[in-house]
Amino acid sequence: MEGVAAFFQNMVNSFSDAVFQSLIKEDRYQYLLRGLGISLLLTLIAAVIGVVVGLLLAIAKLQDVNNLTGNRFTRGLRRWLTGFANGYISVVRGTPAVVQLMIIYFIVFGRLLKGIFPFSLMEDYQIAGVAFGLNSAAYVAEIIRAGIMAVDKGQTEAGRSLGMSGRATMFSIVIPQAVKNVLPALGNEFIVLLKETSVAGYIGIADLTKGAQSVGSITYDYIVPLICAAFIYFLMTTVLSTGIGALERRLHKSD
Amino acid sequence: MIEVQNLHKYFGELEVLKGIDATIEKGECVCVIGPSGGGKSTFLRCINLLEIPTKGDILIEGVSAMQNLRQLDKLRQKVGMVFQQFNLFPHMTVMENITLAPVKLKKATKAQAAEKAMELLGQVGLAAKAQEYPNRLSGGQKQRVAIARALAMEPDVLLFDEPTSALDPEMVGEVLEVMKRLALNHATMVVVTHEMGFAREVADRIFFIDSGIVTEEGTPEQIFRQPQNARTKEFLSKVL
Repeated sequence: MEGVAAFFQNMVNSFSDAVFQSLIKEDRYQYLLRGLGISLLLTLIAAVIGVVVGLLLAIAKLQDVNNLTGNRFTRGLRRWLTGFANGYISVVRGTPAVVQLMIIYFIVFGRLLKGIFPFSLMEDYQIAGVAFGLNSAAYVAEIIRAGIMAVDKGQTEAGRSLGMSGRATMFSIVIPQAVKNVLPALGNEFIVLLKETSVAGYIGIADLTKGAQSVGSITYDYIVPLICAAFIYFLMTTVLSTGIGALERRLHKSD
Repeated sequence: MIEVQNLHKYFGELEVLKGIDATIEKGECVCVIGPSGGGKSTFLRCINLLEIPTKGDILIEGVSAMQNLRQLDKLRQKVGMVFQQFNLFPHMTVMENITLAPVKLKKATKAQAAEKAMELLGQVGLAAKAQEYPNRLSGGQKQRVAIARALAMEPDVLLFDEPTSALDPEMVGEVLEVMKRLALNHATMVVVTHEMGFAREVADRIFFIDSGIVTEEGTPEQIFRQPQNARTKEFLSKVL
């Protein structure tokens, strides 16, 4: 009997000791807290870039190749845009995000752009945000394209028949409806994006995952910091999906 | 007012319109009848250039559409369209549906457009529904809102593409009633329809379109009483 009690006592002691070592001693929780901040910033930058570039790519990809209005130049431009969007999406979706991240950090920003633009002013995490954003854009583009195509063609025709331009029709009639279609998939993409940023450590960024790793390498105990990191990621994605769900319900008030 | 000259339309290899010449005068109500797949809707959609003619031309108030393909938006402002499937914007209220284009295209301020919209909604008997979303309306109500929306741009001509074909039978009457009143007020209208009663009663002229050509054209009296063309006779004997 006493042995069992001692066993549990021992376990509680060693657990609280591990927590103390990993989080409290020398303010080690700061590794996780700062890492979380970086992860969230990264995700935010990437999400904004992803949505903006993704929307542009989707529109580029939807340029009607058979649209014969306009002069030779605009027709050529439309074809070129569609081709570019297709190529971009294929390449980005066909290669791993980590590899893209390293190419953009070490090659594009580290070599090609160095000295041309004042990119040295950009923090590393901002560069990573750009890289994740450009990656996410390809997926967002496909999501938005599907959402736009799911809007009934009659909607476009109604807008055009009232004399509105293609662009005005797209932005005030088609896209608001498409947003409603794509919100669940887009929310999913943001969740994937947040988790995807956990590879930022590959270019030496102290994000949440890297922070947990750092704590582990100091204390030689990875259990507490990694579990904590996992829990924090889970908390964040739950908040995200709850928020998206609320937004979805609000947008469906016209049904 | 609208002149259709030697209108041809191909969809790929398929020749849907095979040379249509027609004139629609100001204040006239023209009904277009004929068998399904004969090219009625394509003819109508070519008039406001939702389909670009393969050959031929459409003159709207003397302005050639084919020579102004880059100003189609301007031309379309003068040509209103009412669709079979209504095509109301589901994410906007009835009021927003009607005021969107006039405000966006700077034809009116928001207040002016709203005032005009209420007036039009009154005309179609739906003033009470201004703040509803389209999904809360019946088919007949939706189509009446669609008519008000087209009228809000003050078009020179209104095109109706089978406006009652998607409606429950009991709602056909209310939409036809609105259209009839428009015709009596000398709105210029082109109506593709299967409602022979409406065509007979309201139309000034009737086009019978089959296999991509206008096979017969005349007053309702001529078409319904003494059809000349064998195809017209056969069609009318089936539908009347």
